[in-house]
Amino acid sequence: MRYLPLTSDDRTAMLATIGAASIDDLFVDVPAEAQLDGPIAGLPMHASELAVERHMGALARRSRAAGEGPFFLGAGAYRHHVPASVDHLIQRGEFLTAYTPYQPEIAQGTLQMLFEFQSQVARLLGTDVANASMYDGSTACWEAIVMARRITKRAKALLSTGLHPHYRSVARTMAKYTGDVLVDGDPSLDAGTDWAALADSIDKETSCVVVQYPDILGRIDDMTKLAEACQAAGALLIAVVTEPVALGLIKSPGEMGADIVVGEGQSLGVGLQFGGPYVGLFACKTKYVRQMPGRLCGETVDANGKRGFVLTLSTREQHIRREKATSNICTNSGLCALAFSIHMTLLGEAGLRQLAAINHGRAKAAAAELAKVPGVSVLNNSFFNEFTLLLPTAARPVIHKLAEKDILGGVSLGRLYPDNAGLENGLVVAVTETVTDADISAFAAALKEVLA
Amino acid sequence: MTALNRAGWRPEMNVAGGADDSTTFTGNRALMLEEALIFEIGGSETTGVDFDEAAPAADLGALARTAPIGLPGLSESETVRHYTRLSRQNYAIDLGLFPLGSCTMKHNPRLNEKVARMPGFADVHPLQPQETVQGAYAVIHELAEWLITLTGMHSVAMSPKAGAHGELCGILCIKAALEARGEDRRVILVPESAHGTNPATAAFAGFTVEDIPATEAGRVNLEALKARLGPDVAGVMITNPNTCGLFEREMKAISDAVHAVGGYVYCDGANFNAIVGRVRPGDLGVDAMHINLHKTFSTPHGGGGPGSGPVVLSAALAPFAPLPFVTKHGDDFRLIEEENAGEDHPQTFGRMTAFHGQMGMFTRALTYILSHGADGLKQVAEDAVLNANYVLRSLESVLDAPFAASGPCMHEALFSDKGLAEGFSTLDIAKGLIDEGYHPMTVYFPLVVHGAMLVEPTETESKAALDQFIGALRSIALRAKNGDPALKTAPHFAPRARLDETLAARKPILAWEG
Repeated sequence: MRYLPLTSDDRTAMLATIGAASIDDLFVDVPAEAQLDGPIAGLPMHASELAVERHMGALARRSRAAGEGPFFLGAGAYRHHVPASVDHLIQRGEFLTAYTPYQPEIAQGTLQMLFEFQSQVARLLGTDVANASMYDGSTACWEAIVMARRITKRAKALLSTGLHPHYRSVARTMAKYTGDVLVDGDPSLDAGTDWAALADSIDKETSCVVVQYPDILGRIDDMTKLAEACQAAGALLIAVVTEPVALGLIKSPGEMGADIVVGEGQSLGVGLQFGGPYVGLFACKTKYVRQMPGRLCGETVDANGKRGFVLTLSTREQHIRREKATSNICTNSGLCALAFSIHMTLLGEAGLRQLAAINHGRAKAAAAELAKVPGVSVLNNSFFNEFTLLLPTAARPVIHKLAEKDILGGVSLGRLYPDNAGLENGLVVAVTETVTDADISAFAAALKEVLA
Repeated sequence: MTALNRAGWRPEMNVAGGADDSTTFTGNRALMLEEALIFEIGGSETTGVDFDEAAPAADLGALARTAPIGLPGLSESETVRHYTRLSRQNYAIDLGLFPLGSCTMKHNPRLNEKVARMPGFADVHPLQPQETVQGAYAVIHELAEWLITLTGMHSVAMSPKAGAHGELCGILCIKAALEARGEDRRVILVPESAHGTNPATAAFAGFTVEDIPATEAGRVNLEALKARLGPDVAGVMITNPNTCGLFEREMKAISDAVHAVGGYVYCDGANFNAIVGRVRPGDLGVDAMHINLHKTFSTPHGGGGPGSGPVVLSAALAPFAPLPFVTKHGDDFRLIEEENAGEDHPQTFGRMTAFHGQMGMFTRALTYILSHGADGLKQVAEDAVLNANYVLRSLESVLDAPFAASGPCMHEALFSDKGLAEGFSTLDIAKGLIDEGYHPMTVYFPLVVHGAMLVEPTETESKAALDQFIGALRSIALRAKNGDPALKTAPHFAPRARLDETLAARKPILAWEG
């Protein structure tokens, strides 16, 4: 077995050192009836690298990869070009095979990277501080709601109908068990957001208002007034960003007054990966930092006065505070945070702005082309790189017919809101820099055929 | 990096007499290279990415970003150098033995990485039409079948993102099961030796946490546990093998006692590596157990994640498992989501995360499992336990091993700070190991042993590697017993000396402020 270096002579010698007659003697504390005689029945035995690669390769070929043809899916996961150096660097064994940096003297690589990541995220989202990552955007969103409860000592959260329905589902699941009260609903097919109505709904029981920006239908809006309304009522504004590339072009939630900004960082460096692992972004104003969940990296000095970095403010965390911790999170998403940070460093401010502008330009071109298909219109009056098409028929069967023509044409609202027939004609279409003019033309032509 | 010594080296600095890093102009010492922050070396106009097209003018009105963001950029060559230099300041399993107890730092096979990057796994979207992602569903299903068989359990929830998220999944299953029975039980019992995530998870789900007493031999005190059980107890969370490195001999009796009063048994599977392929938790009465794919099944820790924490479930808890999950119908796979759960899975407690879980970890774990097979996995457990006992018995003469007398350990060897010279601690031993070229063991955990040192060598270490580590730890232990003052200021040869953690917490600097 290629990963197990002990030889049978080694095992014999080691058993002698231990004073055991056989390996079974070391399992003496396991009751005999719970021990198996041999390898578990019905499972294959060990296999060569070639055989395993062949098996897994065959499974991989049973899926249609996004890069194999026209591809327009978004709704919380976006396909961007990731520079080759990102994947090379995250596979450096010193990053890939390190543990959480508990011993800072020999983990400065990870720690400095996390400090840079936190700084990049805080600046991008427009907040003071960010943590060292969460599992993903949906769990970060829930943690933000819980954090708002801790800060405001109120339990009612108002969720915008534009929040990703899976993020809403996660919040609903958790709220069932924690006593949080959620006020939520499905979106309406309006050109604009529901934020003005949300501002009117805030009351003295409200802990927070949660808005997504851009939202699930791709709409963008100014949250300044909503932030003011929250502040006036003693509630917090939580903004959720599932497409951070957008913030190269549009104002950050922090700039507009959001108290906590969370997000999904997958767009930068991480790739689609069928939904995970991704990287949750979590940022807030400095005054709330001691209520944050997750790891935080901070700057300090060593015994010789040299600058260095450590995990800090850990009295918030489970390994110190146990049942009184701000969250149960332990392992987070370090390697994906590294990928995000490297990609962001490669882009820099100029590159991010250019990438965002190209995304927006291509999405506008696609929207214009698709709106020419008979019976099809664009819902949004504003968008970044994702918009909602209104079809003359239910979008879900259309998606499957498009797939037969090798076009992956977006995410139907029927998939996202299966119980809401009023939304079934909606189709959410994302257009990034990876989409070509030929892809757009092929999509428009196929959509016309399918709808004909 | 700006120069630390702007004057550079001068003959009177007498390098031969012991150069430190202020001797050189850069602060570097040959291959030990200092690296500045991207905020100190990057520029707002610098980029390492070329685009095929010019950026068109945007028309976003008042929402358009006008103020600078403050993000530095580097060219590709500078980027590669920055992160390569940073990487060299890290210890990693690729560099040497990483005996972090309860963390299972084993070799991460590179085939796993290659497979995970196949486009059919890495470049597929979670919301693609189901007919276009059958291969991805097949991986989830095949891994699920292995986990169910290896644990002897009824089913598995694949979506939890890490161990602690898996704990939450199991605890919410328990809560949902109790609700379905119309019972409002409030107490979860957790041993003092448990990982901090256990009580944090139970509290997060609204339970009250109470301690389970331990015996002097480091195991759950069955009689004391039985005395506490009653109609208010929702369940227990037990780590087995436990964090003292011992198998809970009475696990089945514990499970039976908890079940007898209507409670459920959660097992923390962080230490599954010790028994994989040899013992099935399902045979011990467990109702739920998370499996850290990043421990037992070799997916890389990545400097703090991503993890992956599938939860195997008993028949009693399976109806409450979270959405979504994959089912098999002939050769085809189907995803059960909110819309079709009504018919197939009406009692689910809901969704825990946006999509399907850590696909990138599933491909790696399945690759690892297929490489080992049933025979190889059994050998994994046996070699892991053999290596840990070899460490225990080779060092018990110089380090206090509080439970060594009660028999063999499982996959990790536990030592205490008893017998060290006045003023010397576990921390000094840990820092001394750094100078010897090792990552320290887990220190000050579990809390039930004073100055605990928990050594988990794993099965992927050779005897020669273990012998060298044992020699190094023996040498440091003797220095700590003899009061060698140099140990108090270790590490001496790491990129940094001991860092001021008090300062970091008292005056937090959490982001670049330049």
